[in-house]
Amino acid sequence: MTRFTRRQTLGLGIGAAALASPFGQAARAAVPTADATPPKIDIESGASLRVLRPAKFVPGDETAFNANTKAFTEATGVQVKVDYQAWEDLRPQTAVTANTGAGPDVVIGWTDDPHLYTDKLIELTDIAEYLGKKYGGWYPLAERLGKHFGTNNWIAIPLGGTGGAAVYRAGWVKEAGFDAFPKNTDDFLKMCQGLQKIGHPVGFTLGHAVGDANSFCHWLVWAFGGHMIDEAQKVTINSKQTIEALKYGKALYETFVPGTQSWLDPSNNKAMLAGEIAATQNGVSLYNSFKNAKDPNIAALAADVDNARMPVGPVGFGTETALVVNSMIFKHTAYPNAARAYLLYLMEVEQYDKWLTASLGYWAHPLKAYAKSDVWTIDPKVTVYRDTMQDSLWLAYKGPVSEKSAAVVADYVMVDMVAAACTGASTPEDAAAEAERRAKRYYQG
Amino acid sequence: MAMTITRADRAVVPDGWLTRLFDWKPFLVAVCLFPAIGLLVVFLTYPLGLGFWLAFTDTKIGRAGQFVGLANFVSIGQDPIFWLSVGNTLFYTALATVLKFGLGLWLALLLNEHVPFKSLIRAIVLVPWIVPTVLSAMAFWWIYDPQFSIISYFLKDVLHVRTTNVDFLGSPWSARLSLIAANVWRGIPFVAISLLAGLQTISVSLYEAAMLDGASAWQRFRHVTVPMLMPVLSVVLTFSVLFTFTDFQLVYAITRGGPVNSTHLMATLAFQRGIPGGQLGEGAAIAVAMIPFLVAATLGSYFGLARRKWQQGGRDD
Repeated sequence: MTRFTRRQTLGLGIGAAALASPFGQAARAAVPTADATPPKIDIESGASLRVLRPAKFVPGDETAFNANTKAFTEATGVQVKVDYQAWEDLRPQTAVTANTGAGPDVVIGWTDDPHLYTDKLIELTDIAEYLGKKYGGWYPLAERLGKHFGTNNWIAIPLGGTGGAAVYRAGWVKEAGFDAFPKNTDDFLKMCQGLQKIGHPVGFTLGHAVGDANSFCHWLVWAFGGHMIDEAQKVTINSKQTIEALKYGKALYETFVPGTQSWLDPSNNKAMLAGEIAATQNGVSLYNSFKNAKDPNIAALAADVDNARMPVGPVGFGTETALVVNSMIFKHTAYPNAARAYLLYLMEVEQYDKWLTASLGYWAHPLKAYAKSDVWTIDPKVTVYRDTMQDSLWLAYKGPVSEKSAAVVADYVMVDMVAAACTGASTPEDAAAEAERRAKRYYQG
Repeated sequence: MAMTITRADRAVVPDGWLTRLFDWKPFLVAVCLFPAIGLLVVFLTYPLGLGFWLAFTDTKIGRAGQFVGLANFVSIGQDPIFWLSVGNTLFYTALATVLKFGLGLWLALLLNEHVPFKSLIRAIVLVPWIVPTVLSAMAFWWIYDPQFSIISYFLKDVLHVRTTNVDFLGSPWSARLSLIAANVWRGIPFVAISLLAGLQTISVSLYEAAMLDGASAWQRFRHVTVPMLMPVLSVVLTFSVLFTFTDFQLVYAITRGGPVNSTHLMATLAFQRGIPGGQLGEGAAIAVAMIPFLVAATLGSYFGLARRKWQQGGRDD
């Protein structure tokens, strides 16, 4: 019987280190670790695993992930098959797995997915506590998304989160009269108005775009102190703060390039790459698209493209959100220990830092020690995404992540409210009231 | 000496039980039908039945639900977005079907004439039908792009008849009409080829007789083509209505029901609520709510067209 003991757990890391590139070794050296005793995991004899995860968004993500998986197989003998699923199809696939009790052993799903299937998942508290102890602790967002709400029991291991910072053309921003990207919403509005005046409008997604529309609309409402629900899950969206946010959003919308109401997730990337807009909200992938463009004209623009945190509103703190990949193990697996060992292995510095670095800042770490990874300093323009998991809020803010909050997000309640108010289809008051009605259908149901 | 077996000899040889079983007509019918019935049960009856059941439960993704009676239907009945999707679906189906039939019939009549490169043209006409729907949707997504639409480019930079891009999907009505245009483009081949097949079954002698009687082209179309084509028309119309009413991929890939739910069809709303939203019961209820419309469309088509007496040589009352 294959055993994967505490000693071997440590040994696996050492073995993987030997496989790493010199660059990887240098990067790992920067990540501080504390002494911690890993949980004892006895891998089942003849174990094999099927893993489901979202398709890569940056090529290095998949390459490094596969290399880490291969190293795990070499170290333990556990065969692992990784299936990459299109982003939009991941949740339905996870749902089928949960409903049928068959399919992948490990699912690296979206932010709130583990909270939809809490009773079908294996508890991962021992792994999470060990990792937290070794790597400087978990960021609050990771704890929020990894633990079963209201308990200290971990049901998922957050692998990383992609941030929704501002991506902008520094030259045009300067031309509009701003030496740096504004840090507050008042200046931000002035900057957008200035950019529009010089013929370089901004563009933020208001269509049914899963990632970018939710990022922008939640940022906007939260920045003014609005939120969909409070801690007790009472629907609070129809508030003075929300209406202020919507009034501000309407003024901001006047500076947008036409068409944002129908934008899906790729639309702002296209518009930015084509020089149609001066600023948008996106993950670091957009900046990397400039840097790695085959078209020399676009690649040359990378020097002018920069990333910044979205401005802070009257609420007084950053209100970006993050799209987190959250790994879980289903109880139907025949090899729970192999699955736990696999997740633990992926999070150890020898593997994790290679993945983090290869992802070029697209995924930000949930464990604090990885803030020292070289990926955050190789290119200073990427550094802004380093604190994604530290500073971001979760989509159910201020309440718990639940199937109700997931349904409200999936039904675009926040996005529709902002879009309706911004475009003048509804008054801010009517839009907030409609959002309240829609949210109550879920929270009172 | 050669032996011959007479019919009488064969009669005395007792048949095996298997032979007798397969000679028993009810059993034979059952055996032959079993595969078809099995497939229907597994792939049609069970999913449909499950959908019905889910519609009366509060099932969420990942957990079993309880029977809640008509609660889901009451809930969606009080939801303006559901009724918006019903209106959108009816409008989408009606306008797209009319356009598909008008253009499809016109194309079929053209292709039924002696035109050069007829086979090539027929093959080209089929292209929208054979391209996967999602690919068509992605093509239209680019065509309707607010910044990079080829149509905007043509109107703005080539013809100089506009100074700004066309915002195809940015407002409710333009988005609805844009989606209908995409559906029509995709659906025309089915109508055109089916009607062309129907046209080719009409005997040329009928047209010759009509011409001898001095019938004009319009009269030949009105009194020969249309009546003879009506059985095919009714079938194609029924299928077209069903396909259009249940359309999902085009809409979901191009707008996902936006902006602000103005292009949601019942199918896309059912998916959004049921799968990404996790509310399987409510999603199923929306899907089940489509059934009365589909049954009405099918029956309307059947009784309105297929059963008309003049098709059997009589006259309508």
